[in-house]
Amino acid sequence: MSTVIESPRSEERVNYLNVKDSWKSWLFTTDHKRIAILYLISITAFFFLGGLFALLIRLELLTPQGDLVTSDTYNKLFTMHGIIMVFFFLIPSIPATLGNFLIPMMIGAKDLAFPRINLLSWYLYIIGGLTAVGSILAGGVDTGWTFYPPFSSTYSHTYVMAAAIGVFISGFSSILTGLNFIVTTHKMRAPGMTWNRLPLFVWSHYATSLIQLLGTPVVAITIALLAMERMFHVGIFDPAIGGDPILFQHMFWFYSHPAVYIMILPGMGVVSEIVACFSRKRPFGYDFIAGSSIAIAVLGFLVWGHHLFVTGQSMYASLIFSLLSMVVAVPSAIKVFNWSATMYKGSVSYQTPMLYAFGFIGLFTIGGLTGLMVASLALDVHLTDTYFIVGHFHYVMVGGMVLAYLGGLHFWWPKMTGRMYPEGWAKFSALVVFVGFNLTFFPQLILGYLGMPRRYHAYAPEFQVLNVMSTAGASVLGAGFLIPMIYLVYSLFRGPKAPANPWDARGLEWEAAPSPPPTFNFDKPPVVTREAYAYSEEAHVG
Amino acid sequence: MADTIAVEHEHTPNLQHHFDNMEQQFSSATLGMWTFLLTEIMFFGGMFGAYTVYRSMYPAAFESTTHYMNVTLGAVNTMVLICSSLTMALAVRSAQVDNQKLLRLMLVLTLIFGFVFLGVKGYEYHEKWVEHLIPGPHFEYNNRAFAHEAQILFFLYFAMTGFHAIHMIVGAGLMTNLIIQSSRGRYSSQYYAPVEIVGLYWHFVDIVWIFLFPLLYLIGAHLKHT
Amino acid sequence: MGEFRLFPEAAATNAVAVDHLYLFTVLVTVVMTALIFTLVFTFAIKFRRRSEGYVPPLIHGSTALELTWSFIPFLVMLVMFFWGAKIYFDNGKPPSNALDIYVVGKQWMWKVQYPGGQHEINELHVPVNRPIKLTLASEDVIHSFFVPAFRLKRDVVPGRYNSMWFVATKPGRYHLFCAEFCGTEHSGMIGWVTVLPEDQYQNWLSGGSATGTMAEQGEKLFTQLGCATCHLMDAQGRCPNLRGLYGTKQVMADGQAVLADDAYIRESILNPNAKITAGYKPDVMPTFQGQVNEEGLLQLIAYVKSIGPKNAPGAQPAGGSAPAPKAKLVKAAGSLQ
Repeated sequence: MSTVIESPRSEERVNYLNVKDSWKSWLFTTDHKRIAILYLISITAFFFLGGLFALLIRLELLTPQGDLVTSDTYNKLFTMHGIIMVFFFLIPSIPATLGNFLIPMMIGAKDLAFPRINLLSWYLYIIGGLTAVGSILAGGVDTGWTFYPPFSSTYSHTYVMAAAIGVFISGFSSILTGLNFIVTTHKMRAPGMTWNRLPLFVWSHYATSLIQLLGTPVVAITIALLAMERMFHVGIFDPAIGGDPILFQHMFWFYSHPAVYIMILPGMGVVSEIVACFSRKRPFGYDFIAGSSIAIAVLGFLVWGHHLFVTGQSMYASLIFSLLSMVVAVPSAIKVFNWSATMYKGSVSYQTPMLYAFGFIGLFTIGGLTGLMVASLALDVHLTDTYFIVGHFHYVMVGGMVLAYLGGLHFWWPKMTGRMYPEGWAKFSALVVFVGFNLTFFPQLILGYLGMPRRYHAYAPEFQVLNVMSTAGASVLGAGFLIPMIYLVYSLFRGPKAPANPWDARGLEWEAAPSPPPTFNFDKPPVVTREAYAYSEEAHVG
Repeated sequence: MADTIAVEHEHTPNLQHHFDNMEQQFSSATLGMWTFLLTEIMFFGGMFGAYTVYRSMYPAAFESTTHYMNVTLGAVNTMVLICSSLTMALAVRSAQVDNQKLLRLMLVLTLIFGFVFLGVKGYEYHEKWVEHLIPGPHFEYNNRAFAHEAQILFFLYFAMTGFHAIHMIVGAGLMTNLIIQSSRGRYSSQYYAPVEIVGLYWHFVDIVWIFLFPLLYLIGAHLKHT
Repeated sequence: MGEFRLFPEAAATNAVAVDHLYLFTVLVTVVMTALIFTLVFTFAIKFRRRSEGYVPPLIHGSTALELTWSFIPFLVMLVMFFWGAKIYFDNGKPPSNALDIYVVGKQWMWKVQYPGGQHEINELHVPVNRPIKLTLASEDVIHSFFVPAFRLKRDVVPGRYNSMWFVATKPGRYHLFCAEFCGTEHSGMIGWVTVLPEDQYQNWLSGGSATGTMAEQGEKLFTQLGCATCHLMDAQGRCPNLRGLYGTKQVMADGQAVLADDAYIRESILNPNAKITAGYKPDVMPTFQGQVNEEGLLQLIAYVKSIGPKNAPGAQPAGGSAPAPKAKLVKAAGSLQ
């Protein structure tokens, strides 16, 4: 390798992408970067599959009568949309692609601590995903992604088992990824990379991993118990033998509420990196941003009961869950204020990743505040199970997580692929996504307060105008997601070659490794000698 | 800087390329296993949680089930697992002091104890089957007062011991692999991480049983003698 | 018909209270969002990149600022919390003079029965300005009883009774939705709540084709199912006599005291051995699971209530004040016919 003379644009340097190109070298790779690419491809496929279902849902809701598809088909559409988007897109999205690619690079390691387990995670994800897709091909599932018994255990005649097994299997993929990140962060840091020099991206993934480790097994066992109940026609959630279907909801949300933070924390990490880089400043209140990630992970485990305010759970339990739900909003607020303050006296430029970060901050703020509304007991009684909830969590999940994911993808695209994306198209599509998103989901907030219940195939005619607006927005949003797909693929072949550090960013992945990086990330093992985000120092090689 | 790295990176055959040295590899492996066990605690914790809820809802029904549990076999299995934990600990110790023969012996003994446990468990399941104590349409319970709620306990019994047994089977597989590798002399005081982490796993599975036994077999034991 | 609006009609005391809270939270949301947007845009424009060479100053942060922007929003959140909790708790306990109505959710319809014996499907008629208490039961899966104009919703869970109450303030017809996904025709499990002025309500009640009050229907069932043989006339003492039982505390064989309420009577019919009254043997009574549906159960309970403690000197007063008003209510409701 040392004999190759590096003349620009003539011969390709050996990197992780071109080192081998047989299909075996991809399917049996243990390189965290290649596994990240495998995830990227599969997650994109699931995203567009889930998006297709969303589009059909929105088309159906153009008219109040429910005339495009049958009610059974509609129920399956929103169920599969939920299952695929939550379990096979949102939960793995940033951690499994960007996290996988970047965590070892950011801390100066050659790979994750357990490369083979990392590959196993991907296979589990694929097996789980294919099982879930299999349940669609066989005829679909109609329980909603929440699988509430006794409907799911006794009354539904669809392929609940297959979908549940798919979710169960992919849960272990999530657990193993979290485990890998935690051990890697503890044990694989380069000399000099102390905990308070860790990039905030790594901190947020550490917090995410804690939730994956402690929450996912609970939903795994809950779904396993549900599957057993369906199989044996009797079980612990069956009211006929004294079982309590509400217990399922407790166990399910014990995971699935923290899972919301699995979906948003990595996005917060991405935004922290982007805002710092494009303001050329150390993030304001580094300690508080890092600490608030951990606080969210811990507090997130104590609020699940706010999904059960109208089930008949003890009013005093509801009271405590409501209060704790307010408390968990504080660390999120801290982050939003800190990101804004980071720009203060900075040198802000408006490249695409930064536009997505702006979008994230704005939409996540609305998502968070609408979250406070439904944390307030009396409002939740009215709003739960209506379109307000649908709007609220799409503000967090799409307005937050998906925007962060797109921002991160653009930000690290040069590093991952060695190519630059077309900036003009990217800015344009970021704008399209922002407009389309608000047009889709803002009307849903209004619909919710008007009282339109979620999961309705046909609805009262007075809700039609807002539904038409939402559907119109969804088609804009869909276009906003397709454009990046096209130009990013195009850039792989025709995009200009990316330099090692196109954004003049700080961080080992930019400063110590070429784009794209070699198989073991660094040509020589990095040693960290200065603080993270040293934007205010002269850029020199450490 | 490059020099120091080169010196550090001595090539031990058991060192994976992405670790700097054996120590880093060993501590990563053990931390990984501990973290995994944390996950396992939450996995079983879901069932223990459900158990707690229903036991407090239906205390009398739960106590009534003790009559139908084979306490003797449960106790025997508890002893078997405690012994297997001892042999497992001795196996790790043997690896640390380079005693290859004792290592192999202890691993084989641990595996045998594991199979004894699974055999006894299988026999107990068979008993339950014969006595119609499998929850579902064919469930029959002499104590009619609790015919409904007792099913919840038996459902939990099969779920909890079943998942425990699956863990035992996985453990037996890991143990078999250790035996094969140790017979090739793979492990020594320099490299025994696999023995150590499988040991951690094995102890964890034992400890789960230590909780399962009283919670499932001895709920109403104090009533039996009165 | 598709009348476009941005704010729903308010037709109950609770709706007004919730609307006030909602407007407050919307105000908070707008102010906070505006603040964040202003901060982001001001900084983004004011500190835009002017030259590539500019090196911004190093700012680590400010603990005072962090504490400020944690604490002040938290205070606002506390207002949202207490306000929401207050309304929620006001809705917790129905007043003792509330009119009882019984609702059973079933895939995919709402079955409503009145103490006077009237039945309706997907319709609920209530008088204006009177507290109404709904007892909610499910025949199959979880449903949720949702009236947007009242800003109220309650899950209907199989195996237990949930309840909700309200005072309707405006005559009219309002949507009734099932809000918890319950299967194929979930979106068809809808109906109307009709709020009537008192006199029209009385007219409506008497116009129905009820065959006896709920308690009378329950009595018929009671006889049909053969309950009376043991539970009223039995001289051998194999079963507890149900006269005067409702609302009293009963001591069970295992020593625990149980309040004989709706849930207890329901459980005793479906799973007779679950709780055995002290002095009686298990296994005497067969289960009636599968023989009585949720509506029938509610009728049986109404009947047991009606033979409640009025002429039962033996009944302990341990049940507190609960039995008396309930018994009166049944009578009152019955006399409405």
